[in-house]
Amino acid sequence: MSELVRRDPRKAWIARNRLHPQHLEVLAELGGGAVASEWMGPNGVMRRNPHAVGFIGPNGIRRIDRSGAQQAAQAPGRSVEAKDARRHVAIDAPAFMVAVVPDMAGGRLSSHDRDLLGLARQLADADPAQPGAVVAIVFGEHKETAFGEAGIDRLIHLEGERFSGYLPELSVATLQGVDREMAPRYWLLPDSSVGGELGRRLAARLGERPAAQVWQVEADAESATGWRCTARGAAGRNDITRSLPRIVLALAECADPISETRHAAEPINLSHGLPDVLGRIEDMGEVAVDPASVSLAEAEFILSAGNGVKDWDSYHHAAEVLGATKGASRVAVDDGFMPRDRQVGATGTWVSARVYVAVGISGAIQHLQGIQSCDKVVAVNLDEGCDMVKRADLAVIGDASAVLAALVKRVEQYRAEQQENRDAA
Amino acid sequence: MPHDVSNTSAKATTPGGLNVAVLVSIGRHPLTARTRRADQDARAVEMALTLQSASVSLLHAGQQDSENEEAIRGYLGMGIDSVNLIEQKPQADVIPALAKALRASAAQLVLTGTRAETGEASGITPYLLAEALGWPIITGLAAVEKIEQGTAVVLQALPRGKRRRLRIRLPAIATVDSSAPPARQSAFGPAKRGELAIHLEPSAIDEALGAWHIQPARKRPKRLKIVKASSARDRFKAAAAKADGGGGQTLTDVTPEQGAEAIFKLLKEEGVLR
Ligand SMILES: Cc1cc2nc3c(=O)[nH]c(=O)nc-3n(C[C@H](O)[C@H](O)[C@H](O)COP(=O)(O)OP(=O)(O)OC[C@H]3O[C@@H](n4cnc5c(N)ncnc54)[C@H](O)[C@@H]3O)c2cc1C
Repeated sequence: MSELVRRDPRKAWIARNRLHPQHLEVLAELGGGAVASEWMGPNGVMRRNPHAVGFIGPNGIRRIDRSGAQQAAQAPGRSVEAKDARRHVAIDAPAFMVAVVPDMAGGRLSSHDRDLLGLARQLADADPAQPGAVVAIVFGEHKETAFGEAGIDRLIHLEGERFSGYLPELSVATLQGVDREMAPRYWLLPDSSVGGELGRRLAARLGERPAAQVWQVEADAESATGWRCTARGAAGRNDITRSLPRIVLALAECADPISETRHAAEPINLSHGLPDVLGRIEDMGEVAVDPASVSLAEAEFILSAGNGVKDWDSYHHAAEVLGATKGASRVAVDDGFMPRDRQVGATGTWVSARVYVAVGISGAIQHLQGIQSCDKVVAVNLDEGCDMVKRADLAVIGDASAVLAALVKRVEQYRAEQQENRDAA
Repeated sequence: MPHDVSNTSAKATTPGGLNVAVLVSIGRHPLTARTRRADQDARAVEMALTLQSASVSLLHAGQQDSENEEAIRGYLGMGIDSVNLIEQKPQADVIPALAKALRASAAQLVLTGTRAETGEASGITPYLLAEALGWPIITGLAAVEKIEQGTAVVLQALPRGKRRRLRIRLPAIATVDSSAPPARQSAFGPAKRGELAIHLEPSAIDEALGAWHIQPARKRPKRLKIVKASSARDRFKAAAAKADGGGGQTLTDVTPEQGAEAIFKLLKEEGVLR
């Protein structure tokens, strides 16, 4: 069915004019053949059908407009479900490639990665006659499902045993292979601890002079590459403006992430095999660090306690079993249950944990401000309507100590299972 | 931290010890803009000084004037006798000179900061040196655990306070960032007494620099929260709504065990349980 709504101005006028002799007829017709809401009964009494009054609003609720103005505007049979309005884009024969190596912190595209992909799209789509394709190279396992939504046309996923762990030499040799095979016009990497290192290695290997700490890229007809970039220099005190080089290490918010289009994210393989690299750096695994020694702002996993926690010993025990860094709301700190340096929020620490578990915290705005940049928030609370539950990705309504005790038991069981597996192996 | 100069010089003569070279640069104080020892480079020196039976030598390539000399002397004040100073023109690319000096020295471990505090400060110098020398390079060195049979076992600092253990083949380059232990104070006396061993080297002028436009940093524009909604109702909702997670899952009327199981599943999916 056509999406266009055809209007008959004469009928609309009749529908607005309640004194018109055909008013009811026309209304019924505009109402999708529905029954008329008012008619003259056989013995001269006005009859009404209250169910036929009004129209279904855009959010599926019946609205009654007594002025009559809206009646005419109703669109019969119009679908109300929200549709994905994003345009599908497929680039079959790209004129050039823009390669992006996202960080994939925690196995997902980070917001920094998304900004970078936005920048890659700017570079790729600048000339609509000759669109480029954005190819992303992802190392190791990931949990991301929305590569296409982020603006990726082609995806090279390097997985398996060989790509687990810290392998800078293999990664850079692989990227070099990609460079030989596709010769991307630009290489974009996030200037974070992971991407920044890989990007600099790649630049040194390819013998290109990169632009690091780039925060702005603009079209510039005078520059050799058609683009000019602005980068921070001298520990953030200078801005260096230069023509855009081939390898760009960009800061977060260098461009807006993609939201209006969807791309194919078509998986491709490298035609040449993977390089054999003599590893001079051997990864011996991560070292367990005491979560209590990690500063709150840096911690990855925080178990935070508020006024709802009554049994403090079991809370501390839970934090130790889970291996979580401890945090607290202001009330818990003011009441003396937690040290001041553990306070999360506007007047405490702004945390950036990947998982933030809030136990018995109501979610006052001062507290929520402090957890703005947390990825996953879990709330344990008695009150279903509190703001923390609204913010949370997972909320468990229940008593804090009971849920914590059950969680500790579950985790201990898991640890025991793991130990058994290890012993068996 | 107690230390004395004679101790370090004694180390320098120990045969069979590890030869550590530290590349130092001129820093700039973020507020007063005065020249000083660069913070990360000073941490690298500190790291070298705390290594067991290591002989430490410092290397700086750059222009030599009184202001820079004062900054370099800041490193000498940490308990080091002399700095090898390779004189270069202000616009020079120091990679060739540094690579040549490192090749000539018997250094097995080269420590540097992650990023300079002046100039382009792109942080690529250590990588270019590693490429030129053909040595492996690692970033974020937090501690050297042991040196054995031509390899070093080191701890690498990761974001979020985590550490990773690596074994690297020597000779190698390692960069030090702000997660390394802070540098000791620079003492005035040793700084004045220390020696600057000046070498002259031809400068390779960095031509690309001429085409760049350098100005004091502008403030970055703040990103606006753009609401892309098709209808006025959605826009109003977005503007007036309180923060709600959106798609958050709420478990009501569950036993604590069921709730704990759901939380456990999320923690495991996110990989925060070790
Ligand atoms: C200028 C200013 C700055 C502030 N800065 C901060 C800040 O930086 N950080 C901060 O945290 N606060 C800050 N506050 C305080 C903030 O406004 C709140 O008062 C505070 O965050 C509330 O803490 P709470 O959620 O722990 O306590 P409450 O609001 O008392 O919430 C307790 C919650 O626990 C639940 N609960 C009760 N019993 C149980 C149980 N047995 N099991 C499970 N749940 C239970 C309740 O349902 C409730 O939701 C600031 C306030 C001001 C005025």
